[in-house]
Amino acid sequence: MTPSRKTTLGLGIALLATGLLAPVLPKWALFLVTLSIAKGLVALGLLLLMRTGLVSFGQGLYFATGAYAAGVASDAFHIGDAVPMVLLGGLAAALVAAVLGILLARYRAIFFAMLSLAFSMILYGLLVKSSALGSTDGFNVAPRTIFGLAAGSALGRYGVYAIAALVAFGSAVGVDRYLRSYLGRLAPAVRDNELRVEYMGASVRNVVHINLVIAALLTGMGGAITALAVGHIDPEMAYWTTSGEFVFVAILSGTTSVAAPFAGALLLELLRSFAYEHAPNTWQLVMGSAMLAVILFLPDGLWSVFRRRRKARA
Amino acid sequence: MSAILEVTGLVKSFGAVTAARDIHVSVDEDSVVGLIGGNGAGKTTFLNLVTGYLKPTAGTIRFQGRDITGMAPRRITRLGMCRSFQIPQVFDSLTAYENLLVGLGIVSMGRRAFVGSQLGVARPEAVAEETLERFHLAEYRDEPASVLPEGIRKLLDIAMALAVKPRILLLDEPTSGVSADEKFALMDLVLGAIRADKVTVLFVEHDMDIVRRYTQRILAFYDGKVIADADSATVLADPEVRRLVVGEPAPDDRGAPC
Repeated sequence: MTPSRKTTLGLGIALLATGLLAPVLPKWALFLVTLSIAKGLVALGLLLLMRTGLVSFGQGLYFATGAYAAGVASDAFHIGDAVPMVLLGGLAAALVAAVLGILLARYRAIFFAMLSLAFSMILYGLLVKSSALGSTDGFNVAPRTIFGLAAGSALGRYGVYAIAALVAFGSAVGVDRYLRSYLGRLAPAVRDNELRVEYMGASVRNVVHINLVIAALLTGMGGAITALAVGHIDPEMAYWTTSGEFVFVAILSGTTSVAAPFAGALLLELLRSFAYEHAPNTWQLVMGSAMLAVILFLPDGLWSVFRRRRKARA
Repeated sequence: MSAILEVTGLVKSFGAVTAARDIHVSVDEDSVVGLIGGNGAGKTTFLNLVTGYLKPTAGTIRFQGRDITGMAPRRITRLGMCRSFQIPQVFDSLTAYENLLVGLGIVSMGRRAFVGSQLGVARPEAVAEETLERFHLAEYRDEPASVLPEGIRKLLDIAMALAVKPRILLLDEPTSGVSADEKFALMDLVLGAIRADKVTVLFVEHDMDIVRRYTQRILAFYDGKVIADADSATVLADPEVRRLVVGEPAPDDRGAPC
């Protein structure tokens, strides 16, 4: 079996498990998994950027763009079905990245990270000031239908869960295929040696730009799914701490596997829930310690646990 | 034979330093040319100018009749000019096989833009495997480039430039960092592979035995100028070249203080 078939099969099993689990999960867990998948999508985009040698501290920009686009589509344009709302969220974010990428693709390292952060904070500032979009309070979002069926409260929950799982499956398979394509293979090549990539006849800037847009597409869909699951949007989605949390998930997950971002996001959500419950005043301390432990003991991310074991067996 | 590369009045200055002074060179198709000269003579600057890494202060560069002065390296590459580097420029985290696949994949994606490649419709994966075999790199196929010995990295660097089948290949000190007894084997391997495809080769080299054996023609650089440009035997016998480049006294001034 080819590696890409293997990955597809593995992700298919994960999708099936997610589906079978749905009826037995309590309400809070269903919500937690849906949110984890949405954040996993954002982290999957960061995985692609990290493979290209870039870390963005401004993914909140695309996350909020996706969420607001879904909300505006529903409120102003009467697109009330959850599926087109998620797709529109992704497309809106991709469009923003296509424009900003003209500038962003010229920068690397800390300059790229800070410029992304600056753009996300500009959006935050705009959202806070725009009363039509609810200023700091934001506004409520609820799909009227899901897959064309009227969205009652229970159906709504399961529907958004199902959409999240399907989008995540499609995205993970897509990114895996992409990374194995000739264009996708240029990501690590750009990270390793830009000069040589140019001397082999490809444009480094185009490679970076394309990967930025793909990452934004995933992030925008993650934002729209979050909006549907939470039922509310506010400017905090573009705030730098939100972006920081995505980087946290990405580092926790590592860049070895396209499934890792989802596992990493779920672990973060679980960790936060329990830390919040048992140490309501010091939960950030717990999170920080967890991050420290990962960086010290698993510098390649959680997924390296599997790889190490495989190596030990071999 | 027609000229594949024509350089006229090429000048490059970095502030007060002039690294290329009025260079005129015309290289015929299907020839092997050696570039010699001491450190700082302007050989690598010449390669950097021709491949577009540096923009000349004055002068023009024509490749297959087309003016390529000031073009970006990737555009010049697409026209069929590739180079290898003095310090191997490989992708450290990728395996030897993946390193080759990067360049071949780029050509395969943009076949219409790559007017200079003679790769045709061959599958990149097949060409990568074949190149590994041809360069005796098969045993390193799945090793990341970062752990390969320096000589192997050098060979991989050259193989990457060659695998995409350019029309002209510029090699910057292909045998530096390679042990003395392996130098000839490496040059036999590289030139054997290239000459079969009638690729024009320019290479920078310090080892005069290599230069004598493999080139038909030599350009001798000194202080940013080409001080000799003729067939190999003539240049290597030239007293000025012997004094300034080879570092041996010419027969007539033997015994003079250095």
